[in-house]
Amino acid sequence: MSSKLLFDRIDEPGLSTLAVYERRGGYSALRKALAMAPEDVLSELEASGLRGRGGAGFQMGKKVSFLPKGSMEKYLVCNADESEPGTFKDRELMQKSPHMLLEGIVIGSYAAGANCSFIYIRGEYVLQADVLDAALAEARAAGYLGEDILGSGHSLSLTVHRGAGAYICGEETGLLDSLEGKRGNPRLKPPFPANQGLYQGPTLINNVETLCTVPTILRMGGSQYAKLGVETSTGTKIVSVSGQVRRPGNYEITLGTPSREIVYGLAGGPPEGREVKCWFPGGSSSPVLRADDLDLPYDFDSIAKAGSMLGSGAIIVVDDSTPILDVALKVAKFYRHESCGKCTPCREGTNWTVKMLERIDSGEATPMDLDIMASVQEHIIGNCLCVLGDAMAMPIGSMIAKFRPEFEAHIEAARARNGLGAAGALAGPAPALAQGAL
Amino acid sequence: MSAIPRLDGGSRAPGFDRAADLQKEPAEVPDPATTPVPAELRSAIEQAMERYPDPRSATIPALHAAQELHGWCSPEAIEQVACVMRLTPAYLESVASFYDMLETAPVGRHSVYVCTNISCSLRGADELFEAVRAAAGEDPDFNVRSFECLGACDIAPMASVDGVYVGPLGAEDVPQLIEDVRAGRPVLPEKQLVRRACADPEAGA
Repeated sequence: MSSKLLFDRIDEPGLSTLAVYERRGGYSALRKALAMAPEDVLSELEASGLRGRGGAGFQMGKKVSFLPKGSMEKYLVCNADESEPGTFKDRELMQKSPHMLLEGIVIGSYAAGANCSFIYIRGEYVLQADVLDAALAEARAAGYLGEDILGSGHSLSLTVHRGAGAYICGEETGLLDSLEGKRGNPRLKPPFPANQGLYQGPTLINNVETLCTVPTILRMGGSQYAKLGVETSTGTKIVSVSGQVRRPGNYEITLGTPSREIVYGLAGGPPEGREVKCWFPGGSSSPVLRADDLDLPYDFDSIAKAGSMLGSGAIIVVDDSTPILDVALKVAKFYRHESCGKCTPCREGTNWTVKMLERIDSGEATPMDLDIMASVQEHIIGNCLCVLGDAMAMPIGSMIAKFRPEFEAHIEAARARNGLGAAGALAGPAPALAQGAL
Repeated sequence: MSAIPRLDGGSRAPGFDRAADLQKEPAEVPDPATTPVPAELRSAIEQAMERYPDPRSATIPALHAAQELHGWCSPEAIEQVACVMRLTPAYLESVASFYDMLETAPVGRHSVYVCTNISCSLRGADELFEAVRAAAGEDPDFNVRSFECLGACDIAPMASVDGVYVGPLGAEDVPQLIEDVRAGRPVLPEKQLVRRACADPEAGA
């Protein structure tokens, strides 16, 4: 018996069709849920301890319970914008088992009292959106969606909304603005989406993997599910391993599995003769960890204690053949491109960080630039409407802190290439700074 | 009107470096009587608008549809969407300029997005991008772009060719890729993501 919950026989031919999904017991969790009171479904979700799989790791049951009671129009939005670099788990789930997601959405909407739902899928996922549309039509025809689902009195409309390429639309309020037909600018919080979200109505927003887990929780029972994993990180998690490993891909693990087992055991570790230099435990927004942190158990709290975060569960491995400056520059350029431009610290901070990193490469920098750069990161964190700026500041800050000698060596080497004197001998501000070029 | 001088690499807000013509009246919601809209585009937009509680939610699907017809979000395309949706062209342009997949300048009709984000670049995506760009050359049919993470790091380095994900790609695959696109064949069928099994050894079929 495989320990896979979400990936159980995921490659079975035809799993994306209703016939095969039902043969495997699909939609039985929905029937079970609809026979219960919505509050009881909610308490199963709360008992499971399921934490959101999108990045923030907030308890799903608690999030549902934040929605106000009453008869106002409520919404459920599934966040399928998966754009965090290194993350590709939702893609595999939606493409191969779309009905699992639909079932989770219907159960979630029943618990939350929502009658209108959307899947916001990133525009680049053409194949997956087509698969979802086909599954949606099947589910609707079979009475799993629409008016009076299976005679329970619960109704739900569901629309697959294709985005158009913007990382910021994975941020929940940016997503809502985009879904309302605007530029995807994040909103000021509070009010939180649970109170005022889509079309100003109470809105529950959950990641694909979170919602895919809901049918399993209903089948197993919340308390049974909570026995998997470790105390504050229950259940299984799909980890996307990428970068310099031999077998990149999605692996479903029980939370609390040693990180080394994931990186080396499952993904095969770095290529022959190379060592892990650093790794991102939760997408490119998470502070990097070193090779000796590989012994950490892979769960929300252990990774947080080590100064990073589990994020979306995307491990990016960088081996010792890659200069840390290249990694930093790639990351910073991404956030510069994706910053929506609304908040100054993020818009300017990402831009200046890229420029300062480029100065290192072109030999114009001194080690003092590293201090300036680190202080720029500190001034971004917590000073914007959303965490996009923080998502650059945290990894860049961690790289400067953990790989400072390498940055300094890079500075000296580039200066020597340029025929400039050693930076270490300079007193006072860097020449470019004195000329006011900064 | 001359361009506003800006510091090199100044603001990156799209369109910010183009000075607005302050003498011109702002464009209003187009008059349906004088704005011809192709019937198929009109029906596509109207269908999209029906799907949402607030019809304005359909801006992205509507702009996608217009882009498919016109090749890019041209002033004419924007005008037509604005006419059907009863919005100002300026509003729609603000939306179109925000998203990477909506083109605000004419481009080739075949899009090749090469992912050059961290996971792909660690496996040689930057070289791949240069190779694809060189192979496509000056062919006006191609829109070769480097793209941010496309969510397929398991097949890194990869590209999305007219929406079809292919990878892992090496320099040796590039001529075939270009050839397949030109001939209108499925692109590198052996390397398409749709054929890839889950990496988890215990997932299985």
